Amino acid sequence: MDIIIASFIEEVIVPKFNYWIYVILMMIGLFAMITKNNLIKKLIGMAIFQTAIILLYVSVGVKSEANIPIISHHGHQEHVEHAQDENHSPKPEVSTDDKSEKGDHHTIDKDKFANPLPHVLMLTAIVVGVSTLGLALAISQKVHGSFGTLEEDEILDQLKPGGHD
Amino acid sequence: MIWQFDIIILIFLVVTAVIALRVKDLLGASMIFGIYSFLICLLWAEMGAVDVAFTEAAVGAGVSTVIMIATVFSTTRRSKD
Amino acid sequence: MIIVGSLLLSATKDFPDWGDQDSPANDGPVSSFYIEKTEEKTKVPNMVTAVLADYRGYDTMFETVVIFIAGIGIIAVLRTYGNNDSTPKNQVGDEGAGLLAKITCSLILPFIQLFALYVVAHGHHSPGGGFQGGVMLGASYILLALAYGLARAKSCFSEKRTLVFAVVGIIIYVGWGVLCLIMGKEFLNYSALDSILPGGVEMARSHSMLAVEIGVALTVTAVMFSMFSNLSTKGRLDKGL
Repeated sequence: MDIIIASFIEEVIVPKFNYWIYVILMMIGLFAMITKNNLIKKLIGMAIFQTAIILLYVSVGVKSEANIPIISHHGHQEHVEHAQDENHSPKPEVSTDDKSEKGDHHTIDKDKFANPLPHVLMLTAIVVGVSTLGLALAISQKVHGSFGTLEEDEILDQLKPGGHD
Repeated sequence: MIWQFDIIILIFLVVTAVIALRVKDLLGASMIFGIYSFLICLLWAEMGAVDVAFTEAAVGAGVSTVIMIATVFSTTRRSKD
Repeated sequence: MIIVGSLLLSATKDFPDWGDQDSPANDGPVSSFYIEKTEEKTKVPNMVTAVLADYRGYDTMFETVVIFIAGIGIIAVLRTYGNNDSTPKNQVGDEGAGLLAKITCSLILPFIQLFALYVVAHGHHSPGGGFQGGVMLGASYILLALAYGLARAKSCFSEKRTLVFAVVGIIIYVGWGVLCLIMGKEFLNYSALDSILPGGVEMARSHSMLAVEIGVALTVTAVMFSMFSNLSTKGRLDKGL
């Protein structure tokens, strides 16, 4: 019985260990947004939540033993210096599919590059995140100027019996 | 894709996130948030997402930390929880 | 909250292994098309920049508009006008930091700006592009404000100039799309500019990507600096302007 549970845990947790960490990070961010009283701590929780989600998306597009998604050109004497270029050596011999373009270009094996599509979407997400953070900090400055405090419960106390608003 | 490095960085990430939320000094919380951004940038650079890592290093550990510290200077510096 | 956590955790059972090459996100037709055909259709080696500025250029345009709206929003929320005689001393220090920091920053600032412009222009062949270069350029002005005081940075980059930069950046982006519209094809279809730009169809796309990235960098620079200057002085921007 113990062996079954142990092997089940081994199968579920170990190969996907990183996804568990991402979910734990998301839960930490969500917990901070809900339970913390200070406004700036809430904003830090929101930023942690955002970066954890971006981490999840980027790690979906990761391929093991893959290069960065930039095609490098090591000069135009490719057919001459075939012995010195490590970057080009796996490609022309290994890939046997007939997706070759013009005669002197090497074929691009899609397994040798990381997936560029999640990178593009997450670039937008990071920039939108920082814009939201800037605007939220501006609003929290106004709240502090108007109420004198940054704690949520004190602000609610001042709002309830018709305090100055 | 070196998995030992990844696991160490991920554990550091969780520890940093928890500490940033528990510290009572808001200035320290902003600085630890900057450390969190740097660690995430390192993780992405190791995963092969160099453009995303570049953007996160410039935006998260640069501008985001600076504006948070600017806000903390203008308002209070201690927090009650 | 534990319920949400356990729900998310149970969903991870179906995820592919880390680094799997046959996962559905990696094997789909769109990603394969991007990896294989970008080089021959646009002659831009950096796949991420090519997808960001050409294949998904519409998203990038609206993302720039979102940054612009955030900058305008901060100005709208915080900015106060009028003469305040009894302003407290500016928190970020009006005479800047100490002498050592001033000398170090004056030595390193031109290189930061040069590197930021290099990152914008070289985005086709190396990691970089419009956003990264724009943020670095904005950060260089923030460094100037931190080292020499906000008044010195304001004399280089006054509020009116930041607004003009931001708007010009967006007009460059949208104007380029309208230019493609005028030349006969759809909005933001860069191959329609084949007749005005030198080179073939692929080089027209490559040059258009550069123009669009310059627009993005201008807007991002202006908004980053205006965010900092508004947030650090509570909107007063005293001793300047």
